[in-house]
Amino acid sequence: MSASTLRGRRRTQLGILLGPASAFLAIFFLCPLLIMLVYSFLEPGLYGGAEWAFYPDNYGRILGFANPEFEDYDPVYIAIFLRSLKIALITVAATLLVCYPAAFQISRLPDRWKNFALFLITLPFFASLIVRLFIWVLILKKTGFANMVLTGLHIVSHPLELIYTEGAIIVGMVYVFIPFMFLPVYASVEKLDWSLVRASQDLGANGFQTFWRVIFPLTLPGVVGGSIIVFIPALGNFIVPAVLGGAKVMMLGNLIEQQFLGARNWPFGAALAMLVMAAVLAILFFYIRFEARRGDDAPVLR
Amino acid sequence: MGAHIVQLERATKAFSLPEGGTITALQGIDLDVERNEFLTLLGPSGCGKTTLLHAISGFVQLDGGKVRIDGEDVSDRPPHRRPVNTVFQNYALFPHMNVGNNVGYALDIAGTERKERNQRVGAALELVGLAGLENRLPRQLSGGQQQRVALARAIIARPKLLLLDEPLSALDRNLRQAMQIELKTLQAELGISFIFVTHDQEEALTMSDRLAVLNKGVIQQIDTPRTVYDRPTNAFVASFIGASNLFEGTAARSGGNTLVATADGLQIEAACSGGWKPGDGAAATALIRPEQFSLVGAGAKGPTIGIDIEQVVFTGLNFQIHGHTPSGRKIVAIIAAVRQADVASAEADGKARLGYDPAAVHLLPADGTQAAAEMAA
Repeated sequence: MSASTLRGRRRTQLGILLGPASAFLAIFFLCPLLIMLVYSFLEPGLYGGAEWAFYPDNYGRILGFANPEFEDYDPVYIAIFLRSLKIALITVAATLLVCYPAAFQISRLPDRWKNFALFLITLPFFASLIVRLFIWVLILKKTGFANMVLTGLHIVSHPLELIYTEGAIIVGMVYVFIPFMFLPVYASVEKLDWSLVRASQDLGANGFQTFWRVIFPLTLPGVVGGSIIVFIPALGNFIVPAVLGGAKVMMLGNLIEQQFLGARNWPFGAALAMLVMAAVLAILFFYIRFEARRGDDAPVLR
Repeated sequence: MGAHIVQLERATKAFSLPEGGTITALQGIDLDVERNEFLTLLGPSGCGKTTLLHAISGFVQLDGGKVRIDGEDVSDRPPHRRPVNTVFQNYALFPHMNVGNNVGYALDIAGTERKERNQRVGAALELVGLAGLENRLPRQLSGGQQQRVALARAIIARPKLLLLDEPLSALDRNLRQAMQIELKTLQAELGISFIFVTHDQEEALTMSDRLAVLNKGVIQQIDTPRTVYDRPTNAFVASFIGASNLFEGTAARSGGNTLVATADGLQIEAACSGGWKPGDGAAATALIRPEQFSLVGAGAKGPTIGIDIEQVVFTGLNFQIHGHTPSGRKIVAIIAAVRQADVASAEADGKARLGYDPAAVHLLPADGTQAAAEMAA
């Protein structure tokens, strides 16, 4: 068999293997995305729907260049965007803070306990997200468990406003996203070669120096990967703020949902969604740059 | 300042096994390492040699006993505060740092001034023959080069003592032999003591000033390679270092020599010059190294052993003759390649008569501890 037909057969095999997934993504992801992109530049119809005309003011309403004849610029959208960004970043930091030390502890357990601990980490996936979040409502509400304990122990005299705050959203987000952060972080910690740690100590580095110069750089890929996996869904998250933030604290996800379903302003909702996409793409771009630099280990020719 | 760079006093260490029970890795070891000495720790896996090394570097905390380095008691000091450096078995090079940063690590930690640091990194790399490779990453280097980087990294801080944990075991044979000579040269050049751990007896014989043979957490013998090879103190050392033919039996005086009579009817004659002399009727083991046999004719003078040949292996330098006595005892003899004609005729016969010099036969007590006691007396 000649080389070219062999290559041709390879290509056919590759096509058969990748075809269905590619077709599925093209039809059910790329097409709707394009529709959304087009929608975000259309004029909202008077009674919902859209008029077929170029209309940049959807973005103007958010970013501050609205044509006052049609739309008002309202800084509340930027505020919601920034708040979402802040909550997503705090969620990343908090899940990292919880998962990073835990990953080290679990990686040093004997095998049997290790598997049990990993099972516990993934246990929440077995219960419905809604159920798990409503349990937090029961804990945080005015007459809930947290306030019962605090007043019962006379730490506070009146029940605190715990639910429907940013704090409640952050607690809920951290709770939901811990497994997503844990798994990539754990994978890189588990891979860590402890003889490198011994080598560092042998060469005179104390615990702190060994951590910053050896352990942290070598587990950084897991930290970055976990941060991205948590940050992206956290930024556009809709269900946690809907349940734990109520009407008081809104995030981008809720705003978009409201525009599509409540206000029936699809073009404006699409514009908001495109901004979330843009933020995510920017982050992914930096991540790919980071990965590329790390993987840049081809023999240097001089 | 004492005469010894390292002193271990009654060092003991036991590990508890995950499935319960404990394993004793070090059983009250006393060890003095001279300044400027190349000492090799040799033993089968699990004999405690790596534990002993880690007790000196600080990665193993002793259960009992003391470690002194250059006269100072360092038993309670963590690894990073001991003036020793280690070359690890798998090199343990930092994969995210280039060669220059790997080698300069100890200096960066110590906060050495930039100019001096760079100059010393360059010098260390030159010493191991890798000058100018500062910007490579470890994974871009061959195994032998990685080995040299690990070496440069370990000596750059000018440790009082260099520990080497089976550093050559991952290299192929030719490279390993070249590195053995290089290590020995480097040690002489640096003028510091090396403690080298290996399970390869050839490596140990080639490089060491002194050789410590360990088994079951006890030093069986510590002496120059020649003495350990020619006059092992017990059967374990004899069989671990080099190939050996051991004849266990009962000793009897015969003229100036001693005869060891084995249960299967052999009489081995030994001159016992300078070694252990068993009394009449004492249990003794005679050791004859394979290369001490020679092929002799029927009317030869001196003691001989007749064997049936099973196999003759040509190794290039010599012939290895594997055979057995009429009673079935295995015998190995090594005959120089120049005796090709004699070997060929013996092989054709399927029989050989092996002669030996009684002066070259070494006698061991049947029990190792007894040997030590009687040699001391």
